[in-house]
Formats: sequence, C-alpha cells, structure tokens
Amino acid sequence: MTSATLAGLAVLLRRIGGGTIAAIVRLGYATRFFLAVVRHSPSAFRRVQLTLREIYFAGVLSLIIILVSGVFVGMVLALQGYDVLIRYGADESLGILVALSLVRELGPVVAGLLFASRAGSAITAEIGLMKATEQLSAMEMMAVDPMARVVAPRFWGGMISMPLLAALFSMLGIFGAYLVGVKLIGIDAGAFWGNMRAGVDFRYDVLNGIIKSVVFGFAVSMIAVFEGYIAQPTAEGVSSATTRTVVASSLVILALDFVLTVFMFRGLGV
Amino acid sequence: MNRSTIDLWVGIFVTIGIGAIIFLALKVGNLTSVSSSPGYRLEANFENIGGLKLRAPVKAAGVTVGRVEAIQLDPKTYQALVTMHIDRGYQFTKDTIASILTSGLLGEVYIGLDAGGDPQMLADGGRITHTQSAVVLEKLIGQFLFSKAAETPK
Repeated sequence: MTSATLAGLAVLLRRIGGGTIAAIVRLGYATRFFLAVVRHSPSAFRRVQLTLREIYFAGVLSLIIILVSGVFVGMVLALQGYDVLIRYGADESLGILVALSLVRELGPVVAGLLFASRAGSAITAEIGLMKATEQLSAMEMMAVDPMARVVAPRFWGGMISMPLLAALFSMLGIFGAYLVGVKLIGIDAGAFWGNMRAGVDFRYDVLNGIIKSVVFGFAVSMIAVFEGYIAQPTAEGVSSATTRTVVASSLVILALDFVLTVFMFRGLGV
Repeated sequence: MNRSTIDLWVGIFVTIGIGAIIFLALKVGNLTSVSSSPGYRLEANFENIGGLKLRAPVKAAGVTVGRVEAIQLDPKTYQALVTMHIDRGYQFTKDTIASILTSGLLGEVYIGLDAGGDPQMLADGGRITHTQSAVVLEKLIGQFLFSKAAETPK
C-alpha cells in the first residue's frame, strides 16, 4: 500500500469520526435546548398573547392548504378505493376504507408534512433571520430572554395547531370521499356512514390518530425552533437551516409514524 | 394586524379544530360503543373459533350488542375461551346459544347469540355453555370427500 492511499484512508477515517462526534454533540445540544424550552414554557402561557399570535401564524394561515389538500386526498382515495372494491362487490365498504386510512395514517402524516413545509419552515426562517439581524442578541441586552420571548411561544403555537389541523384534514378528507363516493358515484349514503361507524373505533383508531398528530406536532415544532436557533447568522445559513427543517421534519414524521403504528395497531389480531 | 383580529381568527381556528375532533369521535368513530362503555362480560368456550378476531361484533338477531374483548386458549381443555363485552341494557338467558358465524362469503366473522327460554339471566362473568364452533371449510370438504369415497364401491 502506498503512502498516498494510507493518507487518503486516514482522511476518510477522520471525516467519519468528526461527523459522528459532531452529530452526538448536536444531539446533546438539542436535548439541552429542549429542556430550556420546557423550562421557559410557563412564560409562553403567562403572556398568552404571544402564543396566540403564533397559533395564528402556524395554524390559521395553514388552514387553506390543509383544508384544500384534505378534500382532494379524500376524493382521490374514494376514486381509487372504489375502483378496487368494486371488483369484489364491496363498494359499500368505501366509507370505512377512507375513514380508517385518513384517521389512522393519512390525516396525521400528510397534515404533518404540509405543516412542516408551510409553518415549520416559516418558524425556522423567522428565528434564523432574527438571529442574523442580531435581534436575539439585542433582546438579551435588554434582559429579555429570547427563549421565553421568541422560542417557547413558537414551539407551543405549532404544538397546539398541529393536532387541530390533522383532525380538520381527516374530516375534510372524509367529506371529499363522501362527495365522490355518494354524490358522484352513487354509493348508498346509509351504507357509507353506517359501515364507517361500525368499523371505526374511537379509542383504537381516532384517539391513536390524535396521539400521532400530537407527537408529529411536537417533533416538527421542536425541529423548526431548534434549526432556527442554531442557524448560521448569514443569508446562506438561514436558507440551509430552512431546508434542513423541512427535510428533517419529513423524515422524522415518516419514521415516527412507522414506530407508532407498530406499537398502536399491533395487538389487534390484524 | 391588531390583537382582536388575531384573537378572532385563533378562536375560529380552535373552535373548528375541536369541532373536527368531535366529528371524528361521534360521526366517524362510534364513541357510544367503545369497550369502556358500561356493560358486562360473558365468556364462552368454543371448539374452534375459525377467523374470529378481537373487537369482532357480537350480534343477536343481527343487532350488534357487544364486542369480542379477549381470545385465549384454555390450557386444560384446549378449547378457545372467548370473552365478550355486552352493552348494558341487553340481558341474555342462561340457555343462550353462541355460534361463530360469517356474514356473507367474504364478510366479517362475528358471534351470534340466540336467546332461549330460560327464566334466569346471565350475570356479569357468566358462561355461555351452549356453543357452536366456526364452520371450517377444509373440514367440510374433507367430510364430503370421505362420504363420496364411501359411496362409490356400491
């Protein structure tokens, strides 16, 4: 082995080692950051106006994209589901198919992905820009803790908005499926709703879906404020932090969804 | 944007969000028949439960009166021990027959209860003694083939 390949190997090893250590340090910092957010959470509710403002930006302004995509996802599910179910003469099960897919999976997951790209990226960009323009340092100068004034309200705004958005997504999706299935295709409305109500259990399906959306809301809000807070205070740094928020949130949502599904829907004899 | 407008919009958002959760609970998921609802338990032994699953409905005359709560194998008799959760308000006689049925050829498997004429009613934790196992298609075909084979020599 020549000395050149040895040197190349050493560089590679060093890079792997450095990357691993950097990732662990980052994780440790993220944990510390999370504890700080928890510690400053009471102030987000003491000055509730700040949190309401963030619910407005994260939740109310995301309504349009959530509602419209919910209706379209429901309509597509109804068309595709009908196409398969009619082969087995089971087209009356369309209601339960749509309701279960939306309430268990698509509602929390798709709403979470949309929420990450609509609200998560905005939160990261805002905090990152505040850092780049030294607003955060200015607050510290004035003895205002940016964790309490900026980070905690944004975290709780996202955390509260996400489950509500997921529930709205599921409801609008079922409504879209109703439009296509009952109004357009002509499935009996009684069978559509009746099968749905007989097959969807509140505790197993609806409540587990809500738990999922709470977990996703936590993950997305946490990643968004964290990435914004540690962003490099340059234009480039803010843009790459925003990208990382969307990429990391999406991956975390999909991975967490798998883990949660394994735990929630395993022991049902399915 | 001033404060009261934000408050208004957040109020609307939270209201319709909670409305959506209530819609999912009441219209989509049948909150009125969750297994934690008041009711009582009945047990039954079956030779074979076929494709019966947890949360399968328990029906009497086609009306859903409860759900299957637990399925176990009795280690002594090697029979399946099925625990059913019956909604309060439905009483069944001591000589009720429980059978495992299928709705349609591909439909769901459920337990059908046929009440008898006994004046005494089953209480919480009571056991249904008269049971009818699931019809296993392979066994039926097997019996049919054997009987055919027995006929042919004549």
